[in-house]
Amino acid sequence: MSVLVVVECADGEVKKSSLEVASYGAEVAAMLGTTATAIAVGEATTANLATLGEQGISKVLYDAEPRLKDFVNNAYTKLIATATEQEQAKIIILANSNIGAAVGSRLSVRLKASLATNVVELPKTADGQFVVRRGAFSGKAFSDVVLSGDRKIIAVKKNSTEAKHEAGKTAEVTSFSAQLTDADFADAPTQVVMQDQAGGVLLPEADLVVSGGRGMKGPENWGLIEELAKALGAATACSKPVSDVDWRPHHEHVGQTGITVSPNLYIACGISGAIQHLAGVNSSKVIVVINKDPEAPFFKAADYGIVGDVFDVLPKLTAAVKALG
Amino acid sequence: MKFLVCISNVPDTTTKITFTPDNKEFNKAGVQFVINPWDEYALTRAIELKEAAGSGTVTVLNVGEADTEPNIRKALAIGADDAIRVNAAPQDAYFVAEQIAAIAKEGAYDVILMGKESIDYNGFQVHGMVGEMLGIPTVAPAMKLDLSGNTATLEREIEGGKEIVSVNTPFVASCQQPMCEPRIPNMRGIMTARTKPLKVVEPVGEPARTAVAEFALPAKKQGVKLIDAENAGELIKLLRNEAKVI
Ligand SMILES: Cc1cc2nc3c(=O)[nH]c(=O)nc-3n(C[C@H](O)[C@H](O)[C@H](O)COP(=O)(O)OP(=O)(O)OC[C@H]3O[C@@H](n4cnc5c(N)ncnc54)[C@H](O)[C@@H]3O)c2cc1C
Ligand SMILES: Cc1cc2nc3c(=O)[nH]c(=O)nc-3n(C[C@H](O)[C@H](O)[C@H](O)COP(=O)(O)OP(=O)(O)OC[C@H]3O[C@@H](n4cnc5c(N)ncnc54)[C@H](O)[C@@H]3O)c2cc1C
Repeated sequence: MSVLVVVECADGEVKKSSLEVASYGAEVAAMLGTTATAIAVGEATTANLATLGEQGISKVLYDAEPRLKDFVNNAYTKLIATATEQEQAKIIILANSNIGAAVGSRLSVRLKASLATNVVELPKTADGQFVVRRGAFSGKAFSDVVLSGDRKIIAVKKNSTEAKHEAGKTAEVTSFSAQLTDADFADAPTQVVMQDQAGGVLLPEADLVVSGGRGMKGPENWGLIEELAKALGAATACSKPVSDVDWRPHHEHVGQTGITVSPNLYIACGISGAIQHLAGVNSSKVIVVINKDPEAPFFKAADYGIVGDVFDVLPKLTAAVKALG
Repeated sequence: MKFLVCISNVPDTTTKITFTPDNKEFNKAGVQFVINPWDEYALTRAIELKEAAGSGTVTVLNVGEADTEPNIRKALAIGADDAIRVNAAPQDAYFVAEQIAAIAKEGAYDVILMGKESIDYNGFQVHGMVGEMLGIPTVAPAMKLDLSGNTATLEREIEGGKEIVSVNTPFVASCQQPMCEPRIPNMRGIMTARTKPLKVVEPVGEPARTAVAEFALPAKKQGVKLIDAENAGELIKLLRNEAKVI
């Protein structure tokens, strides 16, 4: 009996969301009186994987098969299923990412496991039940879900739990092979295209986000958003109408029908705060709203607000951030 | 080409979410239900691909009780040819996936399209489960889908980029923008939808593996602290010293 944690890596490094997942897994293992083993996917280095000890992982399995560098649904599923059997894991924990959720759903069928995605808290085990809290109704509510059966899979929402760091602890990195064959790579991508990230910060992983709406008036004014984002080290985002008219790329669109973000800080500039927009951002820890209309609904969901013109306020904020040094 | 489009029946995006007093069930009173917005991409793209090929059929499938039929008829009005409703309350994703997999297998569908996720339970999982149950690939979430003979080329969104994936039929894909411009029903569609076949079948398979014990609403915000626009720089100090987020 152990806990298996799926750790996603890119460019040799463990993704931030996977550090959170590793900590989560170590805590679940401690609750159950067992240890947490990780299986790494993507491009990793042994040195970086060993640092997962800081999150409480005791052992890391790594298959250096080069074709596992990019996401291949079937191959990843088989790899993790094989590791699950080897480790006799009863609980599998992944990130609720496009990779984690896609693999988790296939695994749940293959391993006959119950599955909860979009999980926001550590499980509770009372009265012999295993209960996890997950986000539902697009961020408007939570549901406490009872997972039944011998095996359970949990996909943890990004930024909903904190990655712990116990400096100096290292994990043992062991090579592992699932004996993957060509057939397992039949659904491999023929091409992978990465976006140009303004300032290099990826929106789904970002701690800080600066977002613009129709109040920005046109794509030519996005320099104001980008400069503040750059000064803060934040990612940029936008409302749906902004991406619908191609002022910004679709992958920046947040909300009920876009991506859901839960950064530590979300700064909304010239966004009215429609219910569908709020659904994608209301689990942010701190929300700042800049809008010239004091009646804009977004102020009701905000922690801090400035009633004013974005064209006047944004340069002041950028200057103030730079002055912090 | 036989397309199967799976639609879930969800509260309208403007719905204020509330629960029954014991927090055990979603309070449906006064709530308008719509076709899950993501599923509209799946439906429209299936119709477009059928039209482009000049042949084929588009079947819509919902797992739900009789009250979902108005939205099934709406999908028929948008342009699906026929519909199937599995007569059961959708208890969880696994249960729903079993129903979809059984129908897909029996009808030998070539392309099974879904939405990225259902906006009520936000599972992002039914498509992966169905693919695994049928032993075929799932591409989720797909931003683009083209067909040439039996080969599909898709763009799959990954964090920070996209993958180009090529798969043969049969396969499952879950759709999202900017795949197409979702269609709305026209008068002729609404008229013909009334007489298009809607078959009701009973559920199969094992019981659900998860159950909701209770719902909860997020904690309310304390109220907004306003900073004077003239003094905007003050906000940055508060974010550092008070909120401690920068
Ligand atoms: C099914 C469905 C799904 C949807 N999904 C999403 C979604 O996922 N994400 C999403 O964002 N929307 C979504 N929407 C759309 C949503 O309802 C709103 O229309 C949208 O969020 C509004 O975008 P906005 O705030 O940028 O624009 P607007 O509502 O036009 O607001 C612009 C704001 O800018 C302010 N402003 C104008 N000029 C200035 C200035 N100079 N300085 C400061 N402030 C200024 C105005 O006071 C106003 O509040 C969805 C709608 C539907 C029906
Ligand atoms: C009154 C009511 C109560 C419900 N209670 C629960 C509950 O307690 N727990 C629970 O998990 N679910 C419940 N559901 C079901 C829920 O609406 C979903 O149908 C199902 O759970 C899958 O949700 P998901 O978020 O995992 O789907 P996702 O994996 O996010 O859905 C992906 C895609 O699968 C397809 N799909 C999903 N559901 C259906 C469906 N029913 N019919 C056809 N295609 C579908 C759609 O194309 C959708 O875009 C309830 C539904 C109703 C109406």
